[in-house]
Amino acid sequence: MTKITLGKAINAGLRAAMEKDPKVVVMGEDIGKLGGVFRVTEGLQKDFGEDRVIDTPLAESGIIGTAVGLALRGYRPVCEIQFDGFVFPAYDQIINQVAKMHYRSMGKITMPIVIRIPYGGGIGAVEHHSESPETLFAHVPGLKVISCGDPVDAYWMIQQAITSDDPIVFFEPKRRYHEKAELDESVPPMPLHKAKVLREGTDATLLCYGPMVKTCLQAAEAAVEDGRNLEVIDLRTIAPFDLATIFASVKKTRRAVVVHEAPYSFGPGSEIAARVTEECFYHLEAPVLRITGYDTPYPPSRMEDDYLPDLDRVLDGVDKVMGY
Amino acid sequence: MSESVPGPAPEVFAPHKAPVSPPQASEEVEFVQLLTPEGERVEHPDYTFDLDDETIKGFYRDMVLVRRIDTEATALQRQGELGLWASLLGQEAAQIGSGRALNKKDMVFPTYREHGVAFCQGVNPLNLLGLFRGVDQGAWDPKDNNFHLYTIVIGAQTLHATGYAMGQQRDHAIGDAENGEATIAYFGDGASSQGDVNEAFIWASVFNAPVVFFCQNNQWAISEPIDRQTRIPLYQRAAGFGFPGVRVDGNDVLATYAVTQQALKRAREGSGPTLIEAYTYRMGAHTTSDDPTKYRLNEDLEHWKLKDPIERVHAYLSRHAAVDHDFFDEVEAEGNKIAAELRAGCLALPDPVLTDFFQNVYVEETPQLAEQRDQFIAYAASFEGEG
Repeated sequence: MTKITLGKAINAGLRAAMEKDPKVVVMGEDIGKLGGVFRVTEGLQKDFGEDRVIDTPLAESGIIGTAVGLALRGYRPVCEIQFDGFVFPAYDQIINQVAKMHYRSMGKITMPIVIRIPYGGGIGAVEHHSESPETLFAHVPGLKVISCGDPVDAYWMIQQAITSDDPIVFFEPKRRYHEKAELDESVPPMPLHKAKVLREGTDATLLCYGPMVKTCLQAAEAAVEDGRNLEVIDLRTIAPFDLATIFASVKKTRRAVVVHEAPYSFGPGSEIAARVTEECFYHLEAPVLRITGYDTPYPPSRMEDDYLPDLDRVLDGVDKVMGY
Repeated sequence: MSESVPGPAPEVFAPHKAPVSPPQASEEVEFVQLLTPEGERVEHPDYTFDLDDETIKGFYRDMVLVRRIDTEATALQRQGELGLWASLLGQEAAQIGSGRALNKKDMVFPTYREHGVAFCQGVNPLNLLGLFRGVDQGAWDPKDNNFHLYTIVIGAQTLHATGYAMGQQRDHAIGDAENGEATIAYFGDGASSQGDVNEAFIWASVFNAPVVFFCQNNQWAISEPIDRQTRIPLYQRAAGFGFPGVRVDGNDVLATYAVTQQALKRAREGSGPTLIEAYTYRMGAHTTSDDPTKYRLNEDLEHWKLKDPIERVHAYLSRHAAVDHDFFDEVEAEGNKIAAELRAGCLALPDPVLTDFFQNVYVEETPQLAEQRDQFIAYAASFEGEG
């Protein structure tokens, strides 16, 4: 067993997928010699060649649009969008072409495309480099949206996403790229679209994904001092949510707090609150609360600690649901 | 600043006085032409059409049939049987000339107006109507005829074509002008302003992808004339991207065939992309929802009618190929037969049911969507038995 960072785990997962299937091609800006601005694709071009690890022109719509063509030809493109805020030139191709192609062809065409997007804040970056646009993809029929919260998931989920015949937007928590964990490849992975109960508890459920997983685990540890036993669920899959796991937990704890960096309104937390209200209405002791980024553009980075949910804000949310 | 930048000449900021505006319909246009509007063959230093008159008869038949199919579809729309139709009227030579230049293994990425190219590729015309009748969004399998589904979003398909061509490269399917593979991307003058088209040019150029960009410059993007899209002839843009561009008389089926064939050969042998500007005219409305009398002169249309793509071939065949009237009558009769079948087929298209259209959103359906479908089925069933 080796300790591996989340970034290196994705690298290893990409490598494994490329070794298994010669149709897997990786494409994006600066991903070749440089290995990507976060080094997630480091060494891949050297080992798999320029035909399979493609340094593209600086044109995000071009990356996704040509990936559509490669997929039509039988390839399985893995596209890297360099930063969250840079995906929007490709939005038309993702929404109108990638997401709808299987449907409009009545199943004759598949779009086995993975779109990797490093996302979220907390790294002191300039504007457009810290955003959490997952809702803008999760809302679109035809797309699946996932996010890994730890290196083990990172390793397996990228491979499972590449194997999937559905297009998947894969959000990578960039501030967690250097988090380490033991990776034991002999332990089989979970199914891709399942949530994971990371910590069992009885008093309330923290629902989170991506960069907020670590935050919520820390909050749950801190809550023990207050005599509170929190359940923590890494959702892992945003579209579709694993509702069965969410409902089972909330029916048990009777309280839920959703935590994400994305803005409050119309966020993933809104959908969870609606679903939990529909399914768990008679079990709830409190409304589902959301601890999230605020409904402002992502702020200048010297203020980001106040903008992003942290341990204290999560515990404040827990206090509120316990207070009903 | 390390050096001073000379200021732009004032006229740069006065686009309406543009001295280099593209030629208008009434002006002489430089392009490759091998058959004049009067039906006379002419020589060109770089391009020749060396196939026999039987082939030209075949082109004539193709053009008459697709015009007849198009006319019938327009009529079906007028009678309420189609929600919309995008007519190819006037662009038959551009589509048949380029479509017939394709080899079996070449791949086509059309817009929503490429009915003539679809015909060349063997797509059943009835399948084209589904999208416009509202029963499907493209009923054919692109793999059956190497003809991708129609793309409505302007220019998006040029990137798909370029990516597909990059796949052909990776499959080592190029390198031979006859047996290699190429991809052709159709788009219009309006699309030339789209970012995707310009990105496709860049990608095809830097990766030397085997793609032919076939622009039908029909002079109008709905109501906007070509001078709202460009101040230079469109084919000249290719030079800035680093590959050849050529303008062809898009109403001349022989020239379009010759030019496209050469570009395809170039792509198949691994020499990279070509931009073809087929200079033509949209003789009908943009779609059946459009009213061109609001924005263009009837004189222009009358002028272009003199350059009709079918009439010139008719004139050539009558005058120089000793083709008798029976041939023309037979083609006309064949067109009428196809149109009648198309009409009957259109009216017989089954109405789709929403229950079936929860499928194929995903390959692996989500539990949420399965639940919604079941709810819809139960809701619909609750009305059964009601008058």
